[in-house]
Amino acid sequence: MAIISNAVTMADAGGISASLGSKIHIKTLTSDGSDDTLTFVHGTSSVVLDGTYPIYQFIFNSIHPQTNSAEFGVLTRDGGTDYDGVKTTTFLSCNHGTGSQGGPIAEDFHVRQSTGLATLALNVGSDADENCSGYMYLYSPASTTFTKFFQSRMSAQRQDGVSVVCFCAGHSNHTAAITGVQFKFSSGQIQAGSISLYGIKDS
Amino acid sequence: MAVISNGTTIIDAGAISVGGGKETLIKTATFTNASTVAFIDGTDNVVMDDTYHTYIFKCIDIHGNDDNGRWAFQVNTAGASGFNESCTSNFFNARRNHGDTYSILGAVTGYDQAQGTGYQNISDTGPADGSAERTHAGHLTIFNPSNTTFATQFMAEFSDAMSDDYMIHSYVSGYFDVAAAIDEVSFKSSAGTTSGIIKMYGIGS
Repeated sequence: MAIISNAVTMADAGGISASLGSKIHIKTLTSDGSDDTLTFVHGTSSVVLDGTYPIYQFIFNSIHPQTNSAEFGVLTRDGGTDYDGVKTTTFLSCNHGTGSQGGPIAEDFHVRQSTGLATLALNVGSDADENCSGYMYLYSPASTTFTKFFQSRMSAQRQDGVSVVCFCAGHSNHTAAITGVQFKFSSGQIQAGSISLYGIKDS
Repeated sequence: MAVISNGTTIIDAGAISVGGGKETLIKTATFTNASTVAFIDGTDNVVMDDTYHTYIFKCIDIHGNDDNGRWAFQVNTAGASGFNESCTSNFFNARRNHGDTYSILGAVTGYDQAQGTGYQNISDTGPADGSAERTHAGHLTIFNPSNTTFATQFMAEFSDAMSDDYMIHSYVSGYFDVAAAIDEVSFKSSAGTTSGIIKMYGIGS
């Protein structure tokens, strides 16, 4: 039986023919309140992170640290099982306090050929209502020819209530496919929040 | 024919309305010479609750009648009245004029707020009737507005073609310092009335 709605055939012959859109939800990880990391590994727990999609997007909602003024960041897996992909990034931020005028635009907190944490949001406060939110795009992680680019934008409350926006762009500088991505704070646990992974089709 | 399961409309009017995690169009508001444009949960088919974790407002062809008008927004929490929630924000932009005699990148003091309750600027000034073809365009993202624990973060990016021949690219971010669900969003110009289109989307899991 076909399902036809408003003269459009939605389902027929065992398939859904209507578009489900170009952004496909893959997996959401929600903090249990004491996560050292939140990690997406291709082939594990329904995570797809391979050549199925050319672009992946991570959306971060209300990520809350255990440790005051910790940096939230990303690690990549470069073919092995460790999260030690070499990364080089640029990092741009602008802030504004609760009692002052706008601060300068600063280029800082970048990493250079580092296997360590690439900062996406800096100085996130740990007061009860403080958090950071934003998104990160990862381009062509399955490529075995080119290095893999990522770009993020995060809005955060600093430990002193300052509003800070952070832009990070960089690459995981290896030709091995990225098969896993890990998010964590520079110190302490992720104590609340969620990260949703999407694949963007035909892009 | 609609397909409805357990009270949820799954298929109707030629579209699948659930699942997929895509950006789901919730509402398109087309307005002319409006003082304000509001999206209110439960009104005129607007959904702004935990149905989606992230909401995006795409503003298209925003054209005002006052050269001093800046496109701006505010929010209201569930059960409260007035668009006046406490906001701390940062605002910076890049500017260049047509004559290539002026360019700058920097924070714009006075367009940001420090625990302010006014409408938050998300664009620079203009354009207005003196230059009929020029508009603002951009998008505003609000993260997890239904949460009742954390402050609610937002980010916006706008392009402005000013009436005095400047191109401006503005980045705005901040948070509403409320531990209550935000279920209403209002847009307006800081001066005059505005015409244009706003499309509201929800992103689900």
